Amino acid sequence: MPTRGFALPSLAAVLSCIAIVAIVAGGAPASHAATLDEAVQGLSAKSYKDRAVGVEVLAATGHPRTIPILEAMAKGQLFVRKADGVLVIGHKTGKVYSLTNALDGSAVGDARKKELKKVKVNNRLRGVIKATLGGLTLLSDDPDQREAAAAAVFAARDAGALETVEQAIAREEDPGLLDQLTLAKAAIETSPDFPLDVRLAAVERLSESALPEVRSLLASLSQESEPDAEVRASAAEALDAVERDLAFWNLLGAIFQGLSLGSVLLLAAVGLAITFGVMGVINMAHGELVMLGAYTTYVVQQLFRDFAPGGLDYSLAVAVPAAFLVAGAAGVAIERSVIRWLYGRPFETLLATWGLSLILQQLVRTVFGPTNREVSSPSWLSGAFETATGLVLPYNRVAIIIFSLLVVAGIALVLRRTALGLYMRAVTQNRSMASSMGIRTGWVDAATFGLGAGIAGVAGVALSQIDNVSPNLGQAYIVDSFMVVVFGGVGNLWGTLVGAMSLGVINKFLEPFAGAVLAKILVLVAIILFIQKRPRGLFALKGRAAES
Amino acid sequence: MFRNQRHLVFAGILAASTALSGAAQAETIKVGVLHSLSGTMAISETTLKDTMLMLIEEQNSKGGLLGKMLEPVVVDPASNWPLFAEKARELIEQHEVAVIFGNWTSVSRKSVLPVIEELNGLLFYPVQYEGEESSRNVFYTGAAPNQQAIPAVDYLLSEDGGGAERIALLGTDYVYPRTTNKILRAYLNAKGISDEDILENYTPFGHADWQTIVADVKKFASEGKKTAVVSTINGDANVPFYKELANQGIKAEDIPVVAFSVGEEELAGLDTEPLVGHLAAWNYFMSVETDENEAFIEKWHAFIEDEDRVTNDPMEAHYIGFNMWVQAVQQAGTVEVDAVRQAMYGQTFKNLTGGMAMMNTNHHLSKPVLIGEIQDDGQFETVWETDGVVKGDAWSDFIPESAKLIADWTFPWVCGNCEAPKYGATADM
Repeated sequence: MPTRGFALPSLAAVLSCIAIVAIVAGGAPASHAATLDEAVQGLSAKSYKDRAVGVEVLAATGHPRTIPILEAMAKGQLFVRKADGVLVIGHKTGKVYSLTNALDGSAVGDARKKELKKVKVNNRLRGVIKATLGGLTLLSDDPDQREAAAAAVFAARDAGALETVEQAIAREEDPGLLDQLTLAKAAIETSPDFPLDVRLAAVERLSESALPEVRSLLASLSQESEPDAEVRASAAEALDAVERDLAFWNLLGAIFQGLSLGSVLLLAAVGLAITFGVMGVINMAHGELVMLGAYTTYVVQQLFRDFAPGGLDYSLAVAVPAAFLVAGAAGVAIERSVIRWLYGRPFETLLATWGLSLILQQLVRTVFGPTNREVSSPSWLSGAFETATGLVLPYNRVAIIIFSLLVVAGIALVLRRTALGLYMRAVTQNRSMASSMGIRTGWVDAATFGLGAGIAGVAGVALSQIDNVSPNLGQAYIVDSFMVVVFGGVGNLWGTLVGAMSLGVINKFLEPFAGAVLAKILVLVAIILFIQKRPRGLFALKGRAAES
Repeated sequence: MFRNQRHLVFAGILAASTALSGAAQAETIKVGVLHSLSGTMAISETTLKDTMLMLIEEQNSKGGLLGKMLEPVVVDPASNWPLFAEKARELIEQHEVAVIFGNWTSVSRKSVLPVIEELNGLLFYPVQYEGEESSRNVFYTGAAPNQQAIPAVDYLLSEDGGGAERIALLGTDYVYPRTTNKILRAYLNAKGISDEDILENYTPFGHADWQTIVADVKKFASEGKKTAVVSTINGDANVPFYKELANQGIKAEDIPVVAFSVGEEELAGLDTEPLVGHLAAWNYFMSVETDENEAFIEKWHAFIEDEDRVTNDPMEAHYIGFNMWVQAVQQAGTVEVDAVRQAMYGQTFKNLTGGMAMMNTNHHLSKPVLIGEIQDDGQFETVWETDGVVKGDAWSDFIPESAKLIADWTFPWVCGNCEAPKYGATADM
């Protein structure tokens, strides 16, 4: 494999060397380089339209430098040096751009941004470049490039690429890629330029896929603008079949989205299930403890950026314990300084913790500033698992679902299997009895509250992946968290889990019909009615503790 | 921390200078700054407070105004709409400020409006908004819908913008998105896009779970017509929205999203690499290369003592508004509200992006409109701009009942929402 992998670039190098030698030699007709030289002039034309023509002219030269030039252009890394008008590729390193000559790839020094004029691209031009690159990279040795190329060819549906697509199909060994390539071929062949039987066969092939792009193409073929009635009818039929399939996959999608929303609710609520559920403290600053966790993630990432940029992908693994400690410590401090004086006085606790939440918000705003902070996603959490039916399962959502379940399992383990858990349950069930058995109840209170706060911080790490890291982060989750705990049954971890997941799924099933605003209201009303019927929630605690 | 120290030093200098001249406090001209420094809107408004302090400091270093120093009076309405009205009253009645620069959300402006009209104050409002308003006591330095929304939709429908045939209108559920979308729907219908090709969806403030809506847009786009999204999603909800777009692999080449409330500051909390090509329409981008803009950015970085801070459109609006007010006061020779208002009409000042902004008699600015694509460095790159300046319309031409209304605060109209001039019918006219 390695030998094949290197073959193409080295060939490119050889060719461009030949070209350079030809230029240096002077007299000889350096036809290859000259056409490239001419062709690139079109890239920096005044209008986007002319630049699109320039891209096609460049691709037509077939020069090996075409691919790197177009790739740089699509990424916005192609510049014209103002001083001498030379076309360069610039990579930003710190404050300056290090330049290579676009025509031969040789390094030509550094420049500041002011000395360069960017070759601007817009969406349309980027589309043209991708399609052109698709045609050029279909036969590449890199499967990722071939995959991108197949998608680009599908989107462009350029009859000129058909021959290359057929070559690529003949060579392709990967079944998944083969599927994409034959779809791309079918997409090209739906054009009215092809004979009727070819077109009908192409529609037939397309009807086997349920990808959104394919549906879009079939839908446009089934509309009035399609001249041939037979094609129109067969496209409409294929579309119907696809829609029937999709109904099932949409259902699966909605369930996944519901579980994903549920897992977010669960993470936000599970810390509260301890502080409110087990201890009975109405902690309005719970959301701010979540926010502290998110900011800890940000700080950890910054430290990684400064001291160990290579390990940035694993910063979340450090952030989870760090967030637990930071939020946990904050929790213990809150418990020792404020809450312990207010046990048994819910209204005072509510007001005091509400005040605390405002103080924490403003504190973070003063230290970190009022604007959002960027927490990047590690590469292993970016992207999505996509099925051939258009169901998208983003990795970070899947990870959060798994993570939330792990957190719940962890807490259950602590409560059931450790001495701390035993003390906690003892103290909450009968304080004076526990005290007379020699348990330091004050210490257990602080530890319990600290555990709940620490879990809130851990939730902040997960939320930093999908939401704002801003001082307001916590406010968005506080109401939902209380809703989940009350709905699930106060003091019951299992109830919190089931409550969060069912609220998530119900919300996602209501949303398409009712809209996001109304769905939220409906869920809230449903919970109020439910609590009227079962005041102790889904899973009520039984026994003496519940009566106290 | 630094900022507070700076304020202290700044206040110290002010106190010292007034003490030296032996004059009482009345010797300064007070400028009210009414922006939320805490609560939900602090994320956007704190920057504008800092911008005002910078502009005032700069004016004072040039010798102040009418021989007096300017004194900022900063209050915190804490993102609480009724508190905005109270604080506005406090600024005018207690502090006797000459002018107020402030507000972000439309609902806070609506709350301030009765107070400022009752006390004949002067407010400069720096944010793009839904229009349908012209108060005698407010100058609107942000964009009206025809200076942002309409050109943006025109671009989406054009060949360069991708030739969209279906539009999804996504917004936060409050007055600005609903009014803007009402105007846009009427405009799209006039352009031949029927209601079945328009999807309208509203979400609560701070909406965080965008999975269903983004999936819906994807489905809406897969029905055979080129689709684009127009977003009036406001504030905190934007970050999870854009994260979800990236999550579900929506590329700008397939479904471009143009936003009216997302600027450089909002992008600062995002990894913009997956968002390259999505659009925003504004009157200003930090990336525009002019001498004025470069100087402005340099001053901002020096003032805020942070090279990484960005500049944005509402900051430019305050920059233009403040400088126009200074010029008007100089011409009028007084800070008296009625005199300054008269002097404001026709006032011009250089835009940071080139060309001249002008204040019209409907209290809206003429400004250029820019459309930019998000780049991977968190900046916007201008891909389209109007040839010259566009005059802000107080009343939209695309809402039938508004199209008849005229806002003109000079004789013979002297009215913010009239169908006929107040004094026009006199015999000698």
